[in-house]
Amino acid sequence: MNTVNKTIADRAEITLFVNREQYIATVPTRRTLLDLLRDDLHLTGTKKVCDMGHCGACTVLRDGLAVLACLTLAVACDGTEVSTIEGIAAEDGSLSALQQAFIECDGLQCGFCTPGQIMSATALLRDNPHPSAAEIRQGMAGNLCRCGAYQGIIEAVQAASSSGDE
Amino acid sequence: MTRVIKTKVEIEGRVHEETVVVEEEEPQAWEEGHQFSLVGKGVNRVDGRERVTGAARYTYDVSLPGMLSAAILRSPHAHARIVSIDTSRAAKLPGIRAIVSRENADVDWFKNVAKLFDSTLRFIGDDVAAVAADDLDIAHDALKLIDVEYEVLPAVLTIEEASRPGAPEIHPQGNIILHNGHNGELFTRGSVEKGFKAAEVTVEGTYRTSTQMHNSLETHGSVAMWEGEELTIWESTQYIFGVRERVARALEMPLSKVRVICEYMGGGFGSKGSTFKQPVIAALLARLAKRPVKLMLDRREENTLAGNRGETLQKIKVGATRDGLLTAIDLEAMTGVGIYASWAASVSGPAQELYKCENVRTLTLGVRTNMGSQAAFRAPGYVEGMFALESAIDDLCAKLEMDPLEFRRKNHSDIDQGSGQNYSSKHLLACYDRALELIGMEAESLLPTPGSLGANGPWLRGIGLASQTWGGGGGPPAHALVRINPDGSVEVQCGMQDIGTGTKTALSQIAAEELGVPLESIRFRLGDTQKGPFGPASWGSITTPSVGPAVRMAAADARKQLLEIASYFMETPAPSLQLVDGCITTEGRQQGRKALSEILDEIGDYMITGKGYRGPNPTEPIRTWGAQIAEVEVNVETGQVRVLRIAAAHDVGRVINPKGLASQFYGGILQGMGFGITEERVVDKATGRVLNASLDEYKIPTIADVPVMIVEAIGKADTLANHIGAKGSGEPPIIPTAAAIANAVFNATGVRLKELPMTPRRVLEALAAAGSAHEGAKEA
Repeated sequence: MNTVNKTIADRAEITLFVNREQYIATVPTRRTLLDLLRDDLHLTGTKKVCDMGHCGACTVLRDGLAVLACLTLAVACDGTEVSTIEGIAAEDGSLSALQQAFIECDGLQCGFCTPGQIMSATALLRDNPHPSAAEIRQGMAGNLCRCGAYQGIIEAVQAASSSGDE
Repeated sequence: MTRVIKTKVEIEGRVHEETVVVEEEEPQAWEEGHQFSLVGKGVNRVDGRERVTGAARYTYDVSLPGMLSAAILRSPHAHARIVSIDTSRAAKLPGIRAIVSRENADVDWFKNVAKLFDSTLRFIGDDVAAVAADDLDIAHDALKLIDVEYEVLPAVLTIEEASRPGAPEIHPQGNIILHNGHNGELFTRGSVEKGFKAAEVTVEGTYRTSTQMHNSLETHGSVAMWEGEELTIWESTQYIFGVRERVARALEMPLSKVRVICEYMGGGFGSKGSTFKQPVIAALLARLAKRPVKLMLDRREENTLAGNRGETLQKIKVGATRDGLLTAIDLEAMTGVGIYASWAASVSGPAQELYKCENVRTLTLGVRTNMGSQAAFRAPGYVEGMFALESAIDDLCAKLEMDPLEFRRKNHSDIDQGSGQNYSSKHLLACYDRALELIGMEAESLLPTPGSLGANGPWLRGIGLASQTWGGGGGPPAHALVRINPDGSVEVQCGMQDIGTGTKTALSQIAAEELGVPLESIRFRLGDTQKGPFGPASWGSITTPSVGPAVRMAAADARKQLLEIASYFMETPAPSLQLVDGCITTEGRQQGRKALSEILDEIGDYMITGKGYRGPNPTEPIRTWGAQIAEVEVNVETGQVRVLRIAAAHDVGRVINPKGLASQFYGGILQGMGFGITEERVVDKATGRVLNASLDEYKIPTIADVPVMIVEAIGKADTLANHIGAKGSGEPPIIPTAAAIANAVFNATGVRLKELPMTPRRVLEALAAAGSAHEGAKEA
């Protein structure tokens, strides 16, 4: 029981930028980035599906790189810049090319995996602005969709890539 | 005038009588060839923006002031009795706000079988106690501090073992589900003995399918909040009114004091049609703690206790004359229901309905085991039954040396053999023809001549065909309201839910079409028992054909009222006024055209409310039909099966939104493919523990596995079925896929795979068995 209490008491102060806003938070050291985003910062667009790094639904960008928020400790994000699905539309609310393409190509059904899909695709297009269908299949294979919207997702990534604006 | 009418409604292979209260006349049917402005046009999801920006709020995302997080202590044994339970250590943990167990919660759950927290635990995952804490980590810490002493009882883990005479009784009502006092459900038409006597060719086989797990990405879960005596539940569900009824019953509350909300929902596929325990447990914890409580299952719980498609064992025998006319079908099917499910999936449906056959006998046994309960999984029973039936039919075709398409044409039934009536519509033959055109091959290629489609090193290529039948006619009760605001904006209300299928979009199209307003002026409000009139569960492919007519009728009612009001201000008789594109015009004249808002402005804050309901069904049976052809490659060295292409043609009546329909087709095909080649729950035979309860170990299709999918709806309106002419489409596309893949594997290799999924191990074993049989035959 003592060890349990000790763990809970073990906290750290971190400073990070999320979607260009600064946050200073005191978090339990065992808190994941996913729980920090969802429960503390109320950014619930990033989804919890497996909480084990298997499905890609919690994908966010940390310093521009795609990471699984469920496998990333909040304390490991001290001093970093995180961007989530809530932060990729323009300030005026206009959607990113990928967001628009996901709607146009119906690259979603229930939409629960969609934020993770779009964040993975955002990272993919940043590294490879014009991926082939095979490269999209390879690059997006870590993002599961149980509704089976994959066909639309492939089309959406292709459409966004050819639109010039990732 | 209010009248009460009885009508038949089919849901997932079961027909029941429904009482419908009829008021106004329903609108005239939209006939084939009707000129539409919106229906039939592929439109984007009306809530796409919310879903791609993270703004859509799912149950999992609900956050309330003071909300606690809950977790459940679950049985570590497949069958055990609780000797004692002591929560005192957990209660002392800082941050713990409430604990419930059998000690302080006496709630009936499965009538005459088990309480919410029962003293007998019947599978690994059965509920022992629950805690609510300041955060989820603390809740999990507390579970480890609950001391339980168990007396372990003998467990039965497989359907073979459970159905054996003398097997340990694991359920108060027996190991096999009773039907009219008998073990299982017997169906007969004609005499199979007579039919097999008349047969010149017979084929028999024993088929197995594995337990498939839904793996909806949003797990089951609830948020409960009390305000005085009133309870609000946010629930990830396919049936908000079902949750309301179940929670009210469990907590002995009036329906009026329970409100259930589910605006966005992260997938269900059938598993969220029935109500699990968590909303009630969350409500009990919230009442004790006097704070809102969130209780979401984690992924392992989801795959242990939140439903599955039960395994089947099917013995099938079919007989035909030499010229290919079916004379008899005999099927004995066992299907695993887990421990608490009270119904068996309709595994025998395809054998009873698909082909014209005078002599049919089916026996369906629902068998209980000490495993998590089954829940409906997209076309429950039909997916499994179609695999066995269409495999046997394909074998029969091979024996007859008859092309499988010709066989199906010969044995097509124009009428429903149960009732002797015509169907409301049936375009199955057109589906076969279209599927063949879409795959771009000749019918003769469907006959198994291994290697005829070519090989690529060890990869042999093959194609296979399978059929689809399913209900999907829908029916009452379903109600809708259409409200026109003073500014001309429109709200459609129905107490149903959009589980990701695009329901909200299709129904918005119907409302906009009937009203004569642009799609953008419609705001569809669903997902709240307190805001909408009754809407049905999202299951059985019933939503569009059930709710669609109610929405259209409500829109027609609102339009009628609007034109009567406009008639006064425009000094023109209402019958010569039209509402087009949000403007009221006089028939044939452009002048005097007035925007909706101009008219409404005249009358101030009056709100027009149109009412609609779903009327009775016709006497004709309503069914959906279809066919799929799969093209695969089988690696004879590694046993891998690769699906290259699937062509799908389905008769689901009039298509409301082709874009949403294509997504339903793709999704159904992919889940069917997973069922066919990769998805299988693996259970530890010694303990009953699910060994692959994660999304890593359990293999659902990924984007890298997606075959070329060529999908099409035949698209003919079924105006007998209902006045919008649509049938359901959610389940049809999953039904034939695995069967088509299995037939394609046979076509490629000449070897019949009788067990799903067709994993490399099973393929290699089947190839080896066939090889040694060949060797044996040669030696003999």
